[in-house]
Amino acid sequence: MIQLMQVTYSYPVTSRPALREITLEIPTGQFCALVGANGAGKSTLAYTIAGFIPHFYHGNLAGSVLIDGKETSQVPLSQLVQQVGLIFQNPFNQISGTKFTVREEIAFGLENLGLPRDEMEARIQATLSLVGIEDLAERYPLALSGGQMQRVAIASVLAMRPQVLVLDEPTSQLDPVGSREVFAAVRALIVEGGITVVMIEHKLEWVAVFADRVIALVDGALAADGDPQEVLTDETLVGKTIGQTRYTRAARQAQRSGYWPQDRQLPVTLEQAVDGFRESRGTPAG
Amino acid sequence: MHVRVADLTYTYPFGVQALKGVTLHIASGESVAIVGQNGAGKTTLVKHFNALLRPGSGSVWVGDWDTRQHTTARLARRVGYVFQNPDDQLFQSKVLAEVTFGPRNLGFETERVEALADMALNMVGLDHAAGQHPYDLSPGERKRVALAAVLAMDTPVIVLDEPTTGQDFIGVQRVGEIVEHLKAEGRTVLTITHDIDFCAEHFQRVIVMADGAILLDGESRQVLAQEEILAKTYVEPPQLVRLAKQLGMAGVPLTVEEFTNAHQGWLEASK
Repeated sequence: MIQLMQVTYSYPVTSRPALREITLEIPTGQFCALVGANGAGKSTLAYTIAGFIPHFYHGNLAGSVLIDGKETSQVPLSQLVQQVGLIFQNPFNQISGTKFTVREEIAFGLENLGLPRDEMEARIQATLSLVGIEDLAERYPLALSGGQMQRVAIASVLAMRPQVLVLDEPTSQLDPVGSREVFAAVRALIVEGGITVVMIEHKLEWVAVFADRVIALVDGALAADGDPQEVLTDETLVGKTIGQTRYTRAARQAQRSGYWPQDRQLPVTLEQAVDGFRESRGTPAG
Repeated sequence: MHVRVADLTYTYPFGVQALKGVTLHIASGESVAIVGQNGAGKTTLVKHFNALLRPGSGSVWVGDWDTRQHTTARLARRVGYVFQNPDDQLFQSKVLAEVTFGPRNLGFETERVEALADMALNMVGLDHAAGQHPYDLSPGERKRVALAAVLAMDTPVIVLDEPTTGQDFIGVQRVGEIVEHLKAEGRTVLTITHDIDFCAEHFQRVIVMADGAILLDGESRQVLAQEEILAKTYVEPPQLVRLAKQLGMAGVPLTVEEFTNAHQGWLEASK
């Protein structure tokens, strides 16, 4: 369980807070997506949950951040990294640069955890297959394409099996099917391992399908927090720089012309859109 | 300015053959999106346009220049290339210095350099950041600095490698407007993108790559409806194309507006 109470944070030598009075609770096993404009504080919130703030970035942190009931500021970083895994936005920042194969790169975190060799090998194999990069195992990490490197960065954190996984735009350089696979893999980890996930994402179609909850940040503060369909169809958020899927936009157009079924919520997924438009034609929803 | 690629192959020094014989012609003023799975060779292909990479075999022509006979510095006059990762591109300590670096090195006069830099920063919505250090900006903003630095070079061919990555909703809209602006000016615009909805809304032609070769090449409306072939390279048709197909609507709607029209027709047809 992740708990934030009245969290306000300013980076060093800045006066404007990057996070403002954030209070939220994320229960164990929840898949929580974080959306918002560039500069709204999404990465800062991710760093705060992962303990990077205040352990790595100093600045001014007020309020409290608890993982499993313990203040992250009081837990040594060496212990925190075993609980919370953070996947950076730019995979280049995640790759150690000291390893010659992808397999060794994934082993890096496990070596630091002091795992026995057999256990490491089993975890590496399982993670390579989960992320779909078995064919890259013997390649040099820094000579991969952007998307391939991003998968390696994800794998290197997943192999450590953290209880809380924080991902900062983990699919930004992935092909469309690869993006959906990352969402599905994260979902599978929740179902199988009971982990808690906070994921920053702009790919709303997959957020809508896979996440349990969407939190929207505007200018460092919580602007909306709830069920994906409720938050992602909230028209008042469009003016506050939160995007919407094409399904929602097309259905809103239809609704304006009176062609969307009354009392039916606007869709955020393909399935919901198909049902709604079928009903608009008088065909019973599938 | 047109770009011509003939039987291009390329193998990286570490042994991976990234291009296995690519041939294509991009006419002057065309807008082309290259899509396909990670590792398909998309970035390798476009890095040949400004001679960041040299053909293993085959050739690449930009206008009447054979890229094998020109340096990257010289090709920079014709081809502007915006890197996928802005951190690979930016190196100055001020945004304005970053944006004036290109045009100044092309030997433009100070007045023109200043005008181009102003125009470029304005286009990407970063006028206010001219005096800032690029690394004090968010990654999405840095990406727009990288874009401005290339726009300011006023090249006839512009290559955007994953321009929407890390951009929020407003950022993606802005990149779309910039593409429309460049198209209206008659520039040749190429992009590599995984954002198929963005691709559908702004590019007239789509090239689909897989495993170092071209799988499909044609008009967006025709290419983006080929669900089975796209799936081979981990690409899915745009959201609205998938929706229209599931509903059994006629046509391939690429924008919300086109979908709205198709929806009207579909409702009429049921009466």
